[in-house]
Amino acid sequence: MKVASEVSGNNVIEVKDLVKRFGDFIADDKLTFTVGKGQIFGLLGANGAGKTTAIRMLCGLLKPTSGYIKVAGYDGFTQSDKIKENIGYMSQKFSLYEDLTVWENIRFFGGIYGLWGKQLRERSEELLQNLGMDQHRDTPIADLPLGWKQRLAFSVAQIHKPAVIFLDEPTGGVDPIARKHFWELISKAAYSGTTVVVTTHYMDEAEYCNQIVIMVDGKIVANNTPLELKKEYQAKTMNDVFLRLAQSASRTE
Amino acid sequence: MRTILFLLQKEFIQIFRNKSMLPIIFLLPIIQLLILANAATQEMKNINLAVVDFDNSTYSQRLINAFYHSSFYTIIPTPQSENKAIDLVHNGDADAVLVINHGFEKNLVKGEKVSVQLLVNSINGTAASLINGYTSSIIQSNAQLFGAGNVEIGMLPVHTDSRFWYNPDLNYKLYMVPGILVILVTIIGMFLTALNIVREKELGTIEQINVTPIKKYQFIVGKLLPFWIIALFELAFGLIIARLVFNLTILGSIPLLFTFAAVYLLVALSFGLILSTSSSNQQQVMFLTFFFMIVFIMMSGLFTPTESMPKWANYFNTINPLYYFMRVNRMIILKGSGFRDIFPEFISMSVLAIVTMFFAVNRYKKTV
Repeated sequence: MKVASEVSGNNVIEVKDLVKRFGDFIADDKLTFTVGKGQIFGLLGANGAGKTTAIRMLCGLLKPTSGYIKVAGYDGFTQSDKIKENIGYMSQKFSLYEDLTVWENIRFFGGIYGLWGKQLRERSEELLQNLGMDQHRDTPIADLPLGWKQRLAFSVAQIHKPAVIFLDEPTGGVDPIARKHFWELISKAAYSGTTVVVTTHYMDEAEYCNQIVIMVDGKIVANNTPLELKKEYQAKTMNDVFLRLAQSASRTE
Repeated sequence: MRTILFLLQKEFIQIFRNKSMLPIIFLLPIIQLLILANAATQEMKNINLAVVDFDNSTYSQRLINAFYHSSFYTIIPTPQSENKAIDLVHNGDADAVLVINHGFEKNLVKGEKVSVQLLVNSINGTAASLINGYTSSIIQSNAQLFGAGNVEIGMLPVHTDSRFWYNPDLNYKLYMVPGILVILVTIIGMFLTALNIVREKELGTIEQINVTPIKKYQFIVGKLLPFWIIALFELAFGLIIARLVFNLTILGSIPLLFTFAAVYLLVALSFGLILSTSSSNQQQVMFLTFFFMIVFIMMSGLFTPTESMPKWANYFNTINPLYYFMRVNRMIILKGSGFRDIFPEFISMSVLAIVTMFFAVNRYKKTV
């Protein structure tokens, strides 16, 4: 499957031998993978496995030590500003401005992605309606329930219609229903052609992904569809697959 | 350009939505000016004087009366003994002892030189020299009233007649107010900028900004400009308060004052930005800023004239932005100095501004 997608030339992300060192510590060791357009790509691993480091390098927040990165057709070492125009990012550390209202946040992030005037207004109306948050446009973010904040943050991260959206443990701390709502949004985005890269440690969420990479101690130990992985490890759920692979980990927090 | 406008809009909404911000902007200058200008005065208001009068004559009584009538002195009951009077200084009951020797009146009448002895508690050097000066001048002026020659006071035989330019009444409030305005503007500029950026770090929102294609200079302008505007407004507000409360008139040109302040603020704000890039939380940046503020303020000449500082301090002050602004602020406000007078300071300040801005832009990194 990996070979097939490389050949198709439809890859939105290409990573080869990507390494990140912090002094003597190798956070990510020779990561190699590709992600096709419109895919939901899951990056799984225990805490400390190197997922967040990997995603931060893909977003241009962290300089890689060595290797090759191409995101949305741009080189990760030399064209990180170009990459930033074409990606969205939402982190576990919640990143809307709590003291601004829903509308003010949308306007601000839309504005710095280059939207303005009529275009900005239309895009925000569309966004608010899709979320069903029309009547909450003037509510400060601080007063919204966590699940709503997360869905809003996800939509705001897509306000400029990026090619890829990166989600770093986006559903931490909310109940299963809010998580389900959130994943509906992810599927919708992928369906419309946006590539989604998501890290999580909820294994039920892993089932929704088209492609899974499992990381242990900074290395990739598995890369396949959930179905193939379950077959390969003769497991009923992704949870079993993960436990089997991750038990060998030596780096835990 | 549009990006900067969106950033500015967001910053201003956040600044004014923050409930503690408005009191800081409006109350801080009023409180600081009122309290500091009155407390940081170098006038001596209440000198406790012990008088040992061995002469006990009409003339000696007249001299003592002169102190009685001065609002600066309180004559405290004193035993007829020099040693016991000195004990009063030891106990802290008296600030100074005036000893009038036997024969004071007799010698005055004869037209001979007379001396009185003044002992001053000099733990606080500034206070001691002030007491010395005040007391001497009272004795001198009275000696003239007696129609006699000079009265020699302890070791101070020189008769001086001073006149103070630019501040004829030696009103220390007039001297302090421009200095306090400098501190005020610095606090607004440096502290608020540093805190604001570190707060975004703490909340994690700065990361969200860093994944956007926003340019470094756009972010920095967006962060500095609001506080630059607020600090300039603060200076205007402070000057109005100083005018209303202390009747401070600006002798020099107001545009010149604000031009210099604008350049100064570039330094203060960039410095705040540099400190914020070296800190990961608000406590750290508070301590760091506080440390530099104290050093800059103490060396700036707010309280002690920089001319009397050691050489190394004067070398240090060539890179102390507060030193220049403190000087220029007083020059323009009290002396009415023009652009030509402050030209050297203006050049130094501009160089500092370029250097600090360069560092600020370089220190801030979108990628870690």
